[in-house]
Amino acid sequence: MAASLLDTTRPPVFCQGCAHDKVTRTLDEAFSRLGLEGHQIVIVSDIGCSGLFDTFFHTHAMHGLHGRALTYATGLKMACPDLHVVVTMGDGGQGIGGAHFLAACRRNVDLTLLVLNNFNFGMTGGQFSATTPPEASIGSGFLNRLERPLDICQVASAAGAPYVSRCSTYSKDLSREFERAMTFRGFSVVDVWGVCPGRYTRNNRLTPAMIDDALARLEPTPGPVAENQRREYGEYYREEARRQDALPRPTTIDKEVAPPQNLRQDIIVMGSAGQRIITAGEILCMAGMTAGLQATQKNEYNITVLRGPSISEMILSPTAIGYTGTQRHSVVIAIADEGVARRSSVFESLEDTALVIRAEGVAIPECRAEVISVNFKGLGIRPPDWALAALGVLSTRNRAISPDMLIKALHYRFQEPVLSSALKIVQSARSAG
Amino acid sequence: MAMSFMEGNEAVAWGAFDAGCRFFAGYPITPATTIYNTMLRLLPPAGGICLQGEDEIASIGFCLGASMAGLKVMTATSGPGISLYSEQISFAIGGEIPIVIVDVQRLGPSTGSATRGADGDIQFLRWGNSGGLPVIVLAPSDVRDCYMLTREAFNLSETYRCPVFVASNKEIGMTRESIDVETVPSSRPLKRTASPDPDRFQPFAVRDDRTVPDFLPIGGPRVVRQTSSTHGTDGYITTDPGEISRILDRMTRKVAGAVGNFSLHEVDAQDDAGILIITYGITARAARVALDDLRTAGERVSLLVLKTLWPVPGRLIRKTAENIERVIVAEMNNGQYVREIERLLPQHTIDFVGRMDGTLISPEDIRETV
Ligand code: SF4
Repeated sequence: MAASLLDTTRPPVFCQGCAHDKVTRTLDEAFSRLGLEGHQIVIVSDIGCSGLFDTFFHTHAMHGLHGRALTYATGLKMACPDLHVVVTMGDGGQGIGGAHFLAACRRNVDLTLLVLNNFNFGMTGGQFSATTPPEASIGSGFLNRLERPLDICQVASAAGAPYVSRCSTYSKDLSREFERAMTFRGFSVVDVWGVCPGRYTRNNRLTPAMIDDALARLEPTPGPVAENQRREYGEYYREEARRQDALPRPTTIDKEVAPPQNLRQDIIVMGSAGQRIITAGEILCMAGMTAGLQATQKNEYNITVLRGPSISEMILSPTAIGYTGTQRHSVVIAIADEGVARRSSVFESLEDTALVIRAEGVAIPECRAEVISVNFKGLGIRPPDWALAALGVLSTRNRAISPDMLIKALHYRFQEPVLSSALKIVQSARSAG
Repeated sequence: MAMSFMEGNEAVAWGAFDAGCRFFAGYPITPATTIYNTMLRLLPPAGGICLQGEDEIASIGFCLGASMAGLKVMTATSGPGISLYSEQISFAIGGEIPIVIVDVQRLGPSTGSATRGADGDIQFLRWGNSGGLPVIVLAPSDVRDCYMLTREAFNLSETYRCPVFVASNKEIGMTRESIDVETVPSSRPLKRTASPDPDRFQPFAVRDDRTVPDFLPIGGPRVVRQTSSTHGTDGYITTDPGEISRILDRMTRKVAGAVGNFSLHEVDAQDDAGILIITYGITARAARVALDDLRTAGERVSLLVLKTLWPVPGRLIRKTAENIERVIVAEMNNGQYVREIERLLPQHTIDFVGRMDGTLISPEDIRETV
């Protein structure tokens, strides 16, 4: 037995006869029986009368926003695996923090949640909570009659909590129950029923004997839930984390060759989602970087994943790049109608020095630029590879990038076996170019 | 010169990692998700923790718990998530909990456009907390800034014990750029000051004439209290107006009074300039191009790019605008930070260039206004 952790200079301030008063003393008993010192425990308290708990103990304490206690508790426990984390929350916090409650049950971080369930919001005036019976007379008028109360334990079990128990504040076994919950390795939920004389029992009859009766009529909750037993999240996390490979620092690219033109190049690829437009754009930029050029890549696409236009705008420049939007385009790659439709205005302003690479079958507006039409299909190249193939064509023309730059970029970007197939695609496209 | 090709979001993640961040929690949201993706690959193998919360409220809540345990923490989201963070941001302010919050802004209002950029949260970041105490907001304008300012954000949040925002934008976060990370100037990573006298530690007491309390972690040998309630230096609720105002005045002063120490900016001044362009974020890039064009055309124009947006670096702005008649404020919204400039420079003619349609303000937009 360790010494009491109650702060005698700050005695509980609950109403006469409040269940929380008994829970405070019983929790202290459990702490001492476990032989714990204050610094080994953090009490994370929610809002409402149960939110005062942290102030009565000489333990670490974190008191935050309504319904969010489990979120702080999770962060604390992940950061300090040896700390005993006890969360005190009312039936109000259980309701507003429902998403966190469900997630905590599923996640199974080693926290002890005490739901001090007194069937109403005490502090704010006895309004109905997620557990108020419909027949109760409470501070929310008729509204509680319309809703069905939540069975915390059923929900916890269904959501995967490995330890669930329901008990009365007045049970002789309460401190043992707290001990069991605290020593259980995993998320434990204790639904502690009690009375709130300040609000609830002013208009409703509820006595310790009636709580016992009501509990006796419910399915017993023995604590550990057989089908939910599994590894504690933090322990599992650390084990998985140890197996992860460290992320290498970002690849660096040195200037190795000279660019075909030492001029700024504004390049736009107009395609559709699924054509790996963004990867092709990245390769183009990396190719530019092998020649010591600065590069930017700005992308535009819809939120849908495999549908809709996909546009990538690249700038390669021997000097620093300001505005990232492409302007006087030197190269346009048009490989899907929806991409062209999104940026059709680009064609109007093309100069005769510009180059357009168009996939056969894709319609483009009239323009002054030189247009190369490529039958990618005829070359046996599938649409997801057209953007990459177009880079092959571009390099053959020695426009913006040389074949050498492109091949170097592919080596930076890909590893086998993808590298070989990318090189093959570029090779067959170059023969066409 | 070895360059890497990365997007702003990756640079934020690397900046955080190099600043010593070892805890990240987030919820997937375009255009911020790649920060989470990168942190998930960075932290676990390095002994750190990266979590996906059940929602944004949980994600930032995890971070606040972990920060109180002494870890450097970060979360990242976009407009809808920042809205959900609000109550936890207030907690971080009131509890003086260090945290870096990245907002990769997207076009709003509301769900808005997930894949279109904007700088529409600039006032919201400042005022979107109950109580209205000051916060620090830094605004990157390119990938290099994302790395550097994220590192700086950690140092500021540790030094001042307050939330620090990195106000990025889809157009920076998801735009890739060549960058030489190794040569980005970065300050040494700082840590919150540990209490030198744990026996007499009070969680919200300050030593001497300091404005920031010393720190001890929850979970350490000395018990520590943290509370979202109005508290005294001991971390217990207080109702004494004198004590309340002392502590809230201090929290206001520690950030608002210190902005002179971190008024990050770039200035490109021209002698006898008649016009000053003030901008921040992605728009700074268009402004630099416009500036070159205007000067080539014979205009005399100066440019101020703000990297610290909040607290408003008033002295810097006033000083830069001295002897200049006309100020042009360019920002990717319908007029937010321009309010601060109008407030600071009542004698100046102030013109506004804004845009809120998911496309960038172009150099022409700025040139035409000039
Ligand atoms: S209002 Fe109810 S719960 Fe709150 S202290 Fe009084 S009796 Fe207890």
